[in-house]
Amino acid sequence: MATVTARSRPWYAPPKIALALREARRYPVVALAILMFLLVIPAVFAPYVAPHDPLKGSLAKRLTPPVWQDGGSSAHLLGTDKLGRDILSRLIHGARVSLTVSAIAIFVGGIVGTALGLISGYFGGRIDALLMRLVDISLSLPTILLALVLVAAVGPSFNTVIIVLVVLLWARYARLVRGETLAIKERDFIARGRVAGASHTRIMVHYIFPNVVNSLIVLATLQVGYVILLESALSFLGAGLPRPLPAWGLMVADGRELIVTAWWVSMCPGIAIMLTVLSLNLLGDWLRDHYDPKLRNV
Amino acid sequence: MQRYIARRVLQSFLAIWVMSLIVFSLARLSGNALDVMLPMESTQEDYDRLAKYWGLDQPVHVQYGIFVARALQGDFGMSWKWPGHSAMGLVMDRLPATLQLAGFALFVSVLIALPIGVLSAVKKGTMWDSGAKVIALLGQSLPGFWLGIVLMWVFAVHLGWLPTSGRGGIQYMILPAITLGWFQVAAIMRLVRSSMLDVLDTEFVKLTRIKGLAEWKVVWKHCLRNASIAPLTFFAIIAGVLMTGSVVTESVFSWPGTGLLAIDAVRARDYQVVQAVVIVFSAIFIMTNLLVDILYAYLDPRIRY
Repeated sequence: MATVTARSRPWYAPPKIALALREARRYPVVALAILMFLLVIPAVFAPYVAPHDPLKGSLAKRLTPPVWQDGGSSAHLLGTDKLGRDILSRLIHGARVSLTVSAIAIFVGGIVGTALGLISGYFGGRIDALLMRLVDISLSLPTILLALVLVAAVGPSFNTVIIVLVVLLWARYARLVRGETLAIKERDFIARGRVAGASHTRIMVHYIFPNVVNSLIVLATLQVGYVILLESALSFLGAGLPRPLPAWGLMVADGRELIVTAWWVSMCPGIAIMLTVLSLNLLGDWLRDHYDPKLRNV
Repeated sequence: MQRYIARRVLQSFLAIWVMSLIVFSLARLSGNALDVMLPMESTQEDYDRLAKYWGLDQPVHVQYGIFVARALQGDFGMSWKWPGHSAMGLVMDRLPATLQLAGFALFVSVLIALPIGVLSAVKKGTMWDSGAKVIALLGQSLPGFWLGIVLMWVFAVHLGWLPTSGRGGIQYMILPAITLGWFQVAAIMRLVRSSMLDVLDTEFVKLTRIKGLAEWKVVWKHCLRNASIAPLTFFAIIAGVLMTGSVVTESVFSWPGTGLLAIDAVRARDYQVVQAVVIVFSAIFIMTNLLVDILYAYLDPRIRY
């Protein structure tokens, strides 16, 4: 008699594309390559790589289509916007803006969160209870609204965006680090450190912190994509980076009314955001699965 | 159980209070409150009226008392940009449009995500499953505002099938709903997939197969019904996210809801309206989160924090 299995599946060899996809997912070389190409290299070398000044344009050349369309010129590979500024150059400088904003926000948010998480987990008691309530509250605040009210009060600027992002980011680090600290502080080498006369600060910085760095890096990588999406949404709404900064979200907003006549103005930055975030997500997933599978639910 | 719920309720009220504190202090403590609350082109009378209304010549704690007393009655002052309207009245006028869009978006995203989630669980490890994974990844990587513009470009401008913007019949809702729901599709899909996988493996499913039930009936009736508990509770979270996500979508499609109101108010520096929108939305958002957690605690007794 045949055994009853959960489900009898026909055996067949998966198509080649599926296999290739699986390979590509296992080794995020592809994601890394796209990422390097799209984000890091242009961001670092923006003034040398970009063919034109991202802020200056000539009105005579406004709304030039991309090179492969009728009327396009090879001087502006991806065309120009309504002020005649070169889109490719703005994209390249935009990578720099996006990367700077997310790097600063994640770095500051990470430091604040890690410090508070260490203190909370190491000392426990009332400080712990207070800090963790603060984390809960900060995670339950609605993101975009917090940004809107800040911008309404202070006005849109580079610093406002950073502050909004830090307020939104620190809590996850604090929760993560606190959890790990709770486990680590029970281990023998901490007690030995205490016996040897190490201060609390020294224990936290030199004994516990090196043990949470791995998780921190994974979490930070997972967050870069989210931060870039958030920053571009805020800029799109006019609540993020101020004009004339070449931010991707602002560029999409600029091209919004031109969608009928000049599709490339908003399509190019949109595709740039999508590919960047996609490759960052792939990279983050891979890092998490390989170095820190316990982060799956963070 | 009771202790957990009491703590969650307390925490939610604290969160709303913190939000109101942020709204209050941002306007009052960053330089001159009147400069924050009114645009540059407003008249001296506007300034005087507002200063008197919020008691701005009093010490800060008295000001906060006035603010809280008024806020508890739903009074956030009069709008500057829309004269003759109270800030709260504007929010309430626009709220139905936002709820309508969010509800429809929820419907659309479930309609898309449920079959894909079930299919990728049943056909685990095949092309269907990989396809679903690609959709999930795209869902997390596409900026909503840009997706809205692309959809508008393709379906409204090029093909002319649907209107570009505004509010009217159901055809006006389709594009905004997809834009708003897109991000949630990935989340619902993964939840459905993982809980379907759990159910497909149980004894009673084997029994239905032994009984000789048709495969579609096993999957879509017996399994799905048991697998939908976890995704169901998740819907409330999504409802909250959709509400706040509407700020972006409504601004793309000029959908006359609360989100568009918020953006217009920020642009016009109409702080009275901004604070009303932010506090009402935060309250809805935090309360739906609270509801989900309580619901979850009842449905899944293993959850304790």
